[in-house]
Amino acid sequence: MSVTQERSAGLDVARVRADFPILERSIGGKPLVYLDSTNTSQHPRQVIDAEREFYERHNANAHRAIYFLGEEATDLYEGARAKTARFLGSDDSGTIVFTRGTTESINLVAHGWGRRFLKEGDQILLTEMEHHSDIVPWQFAARDTGATLRYIGLTDDGLLDLSNLEDLLTERTRILCVTGMSNSLGTLTPLPELIDAAHAIGALVLVDGAQLVPHRGVDVSALGCDFLAFSGHKMLGPTASGGLYARRELLEAMDPFLGGGEMISEVFHDHSTFNDVPWKFEAGTMNVAQEVAFGAAIDYLEGLGMDNVRAHEEEITAYALERLAEAGARIFGPTDVAVRGGVVSFWYRDVHPHDLATILNEEGVAVRAGHHCNQLVMRRYGVPATARASFYVYNTTDEVDVLVESLAKAERVFGL
Amino acid sequence: MALDEIYKEVILDHYKNPRNKREMPEAERTCSRNNPLCGDEITVFLHEEDGKVLDVSFVGQGCSISQASASMMTQAVSGKTVEDVGALTTQVRGMLTGDVEPDEETFGELVALKGVVKYPVRVKCAALAWDVLEEALTGDGAAGGASPHR
Repeated sequence: MSVTQERSAGLDVARVRADFPILERSIGGKPLVYLDSTNTSQHPRQVIDAEREFYERHNANAHRAIYFLGEEATDLYEGARAKTARFLGSDDSGTIVFTRGTTESINLVAHGWGRRFLKEGDQILLTEMEHHSDIVPWQFAARDTGATLRYIGLTDDGLLDLSNLEDLLTERTRILCVTGMSNSLGTLTPLPELIDAAHAIGALVLVDGAQLVPHRGVDVSALGCDFLAFSGHKMLGPTASGGLYARRELLEAMDPFLGGGEMISEVFHDHSTFNDVPWKFEAGTMNVAQEVAFGAAIDYLEGLGMDNVRAHEEEITAYALERLAEAGARIFGPTDVAVRGGVVSFWYRDVHPHDLATILNEEGVAVRAGHHCNQLVMRRYGVPATARASFYVYNTTDEVDVLVESLAKAERVFGL
Repeated sequence: MALDEIYKEVILDHYKNPRNKREMPEAERTCSRNNPLCGDEITVFLHEEDGKVLDVSFVGQGCSISQASASMMTQAVSGKTVEDVGALTTQVRGMLTGDVEPDEETFGELVALKGVVKYPVRVKCAALAWDVLEEALTGDGAAGGASPHR
């Protein structure tokens, strides 16, 4: 399969693609055009090798064993934690809790902080562009504590409607939970402005970084958020890796999430005392091999340089928006790549997204069709679902061309 | 013309020209459901008398498979006894899961849905109308229907 040699502000995409074994696959005789990284990203050899090597040479449980292999495993696991902290701009490894991803991280906060500190009448401020993982756990917490949920709405252009932010941030608002980058609209939210406004009235801020961290990077010390959730599998790491950044004082004050081994200090018949942070939140055997491989994913991204990752993505996204609009697709979300990451939800003529995705699949193109765990967004824009193409470090503008050509096939089949 | 093409034409035909797509205010039995994966929606209306389906219609929105299946369903069950409708529903479900080999005599145009078996995610789309039909017949069936399947 020929690969376009591209130089995109420093990202050598051809070399990157050579690191991803799965990109050699063909689907029904056609090259795989994988445009669903927002759902889950692919894995470079380096990450796959790191996980395999752990099992082949260093496998033992972390924190448990006194023997040499156990020390190795622990060093690798804690080393991955330190690496994650540095990548996110934290100088304290204790601020990183490993979890199996963003959903689990947000549930951890909704339980450990939410159930512990929210009282009747308190307000949780969300936005209508939140992923279900940043809505449902708060519904649970609100139900159990008597707190209420409020929402920042969306403009027709797919931005947050901040016109009434002053009314939404009240003295009862305890936390603002907001995505850094919408997984359906691609919108990059104005986090510094939102964090300032929330902190000014004494509310904490949780940032859903599931898309933001892989695609733009985050520096928590500059940003000042209180919580940041992220997923390893969306940033070249294994499934069931990822975690939560939280300020140390918060982690120390919060209740544990899951109870069991490793998160305790002493256990008695009727009560237990707990381990220091972050281990207080890591009950049982963690996904040790996966978090170690997640560390390798961070190494890989740092090797590419997040500036280059961003620039490459902006270029492809701008190209995709232009070509899709030309082809007559209805695009959801902002069209300015300064406030839009590499996720494009669209309708093509009247072809239902499920039908479109089926036809694209026959051309080797993998896109997602559905509500993308964003039912509030779908309802806001009056559609049951959208087709969604998303881009990451291994995608090329040639692949965008294949996507657009495949749309023409859908038009022929449906004759619309 | 290849077999696949013919059947694709059948589905497209029912999608673009759905049969029996109308509300039925006088229906004694009705049920609505949607497919949470993608937002396909089907509402089935039934007028039943003496154990026979005298009139059946649907309304809905969604992908070609879900809507075509609903249209084909209404044609297939109209005039049948409730028992025969139940038997046909079981057969159709079996076809969609690959357990039943459909014959054109029993299935008629419904054979077109057989291609769906290759795409497990789309099986739910094809089955939706039949799930709604079954619930309308066997559920309490009061007008207003069962709550949407979320």
